[in-house]
Amino acid sequence: MQSLGDAFRAAFGLVVSLDPDLIEIVSLSLSVSGVSLLLASLVGLPAGAGLALVRFPGRRAAIVVVNAAMGLPPVVVGLLVYLLLSRSGPLGELGWLFTARAMVIAQFLLITPIVAALSRQVVEDLWVEYADQLSSLGAGPLRAIPTLLWDARFSLLTTVLAGFGRAIGEVGAVIIVGGNIAHATRVMTTAITLETRKGDLALALGLGLVLLTLSLGINALAAGVREFGARWEG
Amino acid sequence: MGLRWMLVGLSLLLVLCVSPAAAETITVASTTSTENSGLFAWILPMVLEKTGVEVRPVAVGTGQAIRMARRGDADVLFVHDRASEEAFVAEGYGVKRHPVMYNDYIVVGPKDDPAGIRGMKDVGAALKQIATAQAPFTSRGDDSGTHKAELRLWKGAGVDPRPASGSWYKETGQGQGATLNVASGMDAYMFVDRGTWISFKNRGDLELLVEGDPLLFNQYGVILVSSEKHPHVKARAGQAFIDWLISGEGQQAIGAFRVEGQPLFTPNYSPATPGP
Repeated sequence: MQSLGDAFRAAFGLVVSLDPDLIEIVSLSLSVSGVSLLLASLVGLPAGAGLALVRFPGRRAAIVVVNAAMGLPPVVVGLLVYLLLSRSGPLGELGWLFTARAMVIAQFLLITPIVAALSRQVVEDLWVEYADQLSSLGAGPLRAIPTLLWDARFSLLTTVLAGFGRAIGEVGAVIIVGGNIAHATRVMTTAITLETRKGDLALALGLGLVLLTLSLGINALAAGVREFGARWEG
Repeated sequence: MGLRWMLVGLSLLLVLCVSPAAAETITVASTTSTENSGLFAWILPMVLEKTGVEVRPVAVGTGQAIRMARRGDADVLFVHDRASEEAFVAEGYGVKRHPVMYNDYIVVGPKDDPAGIRGMKDVGAALKQIATAQAPFTSRGDDSGTHKAELRLWKGAGVDPRPASGSWYKETGQGQGATLNVASGMDAYMFVDRGTWISFKNRGDLELLVEGDPLLFNQYGVILVSSEKHPHVKARAGQAFIDWLISGEGQQAIGAFRVEGQPLFTPNYSPATPGP
């Protein structure tokens, strides 16, 4: 059995040598999950705020469904996207299977519910504070959505980070729709899976450490942005 | 303000992420043994240089690779189970099967060898001894080429391990490497291809115990997916890849591939006979 020390050495060696394969894999991980997050935020944030503010029949049911969808199993989402994009499937014409786009679609489906459900909660709480003020200014719920999203932006950062964390750490969906193709669709998590299968546990764990460090860095950056923003606003 | 910059950054990433590649690319549905051993990493740069075709291998089990190709999700199929390959061509999904190379299977097991099979030349007898001893044996159980070969050997040995599934016979439903990790963790016997074994690093107490029986021969075949079934198949580029594999140069490159100083695959394409 290889020791944890080997894993740290492997991780350190990869980072210090700026291994070109590692850089390629990390960039693809970041761009796929970044794009998924961008799209998921464009849909999920307004949807979450809408669920918080707009009263419509079936709203409670919709909230339950969105909350439940936070727990979508990645493998199931991967299979659904595979069947959609397969040449024999309804969107086969696009030829997107085994590309980064397929991975973006899968991650988008996985994290949009997370962004929507968490932002609904944040906006709903804020609405309790703001309701009287905004109503007295004559702003209805729909008009209030952009204001509330903007005012809650630092709290929503955590929401968005939760989505990003799920996207970048997920392997079940991207390995099915991406295929883990070297230099094309290999990301951090699928590379870790591959090294585990090859029995190179030290390298696998080393890659895992790089991923963890990266996550930590992104979260620290976000915390910094929030701190800075809070001070800027006074 | 922070958010706005984040959006700008992410939009830039979007542009980087979706820009398509320039070279003509084909998808090859293949097996974990060819990808995990490093064979593809060795030959694909040569393929790109000689033919201008960029090959993207998706490494899964033979069974899944064939289903993938059947749905039209690959241009070329490169696997190792002759019976299902011939069925694939006969059903019109494949153009023609070309035998390319072979490697061999081995049986590995724990150092202390509770079933006493070390050095046996008859793999059927060795399996029978494992079953009699009820020694732990891990099987992939995933309908892959290796799994099918393993089941054929059990059948030949006159043993049906399936009733023992869950006791000494353990089906993981995973790839070769993942199953080897299980075998190494529980000191189990396992039927595995030599390439995967040589490049596998987490061996624990496992050792090579049985090799050399002609029944352990493992032939690989390559097939272009039929454009009649799937018009989007990149037939020209796919055929260029196949032509290179069976050319003198391609065959030589396959034979020259080494892992830890050992050759893994023996090229054996022959144009005169349909081959093994």
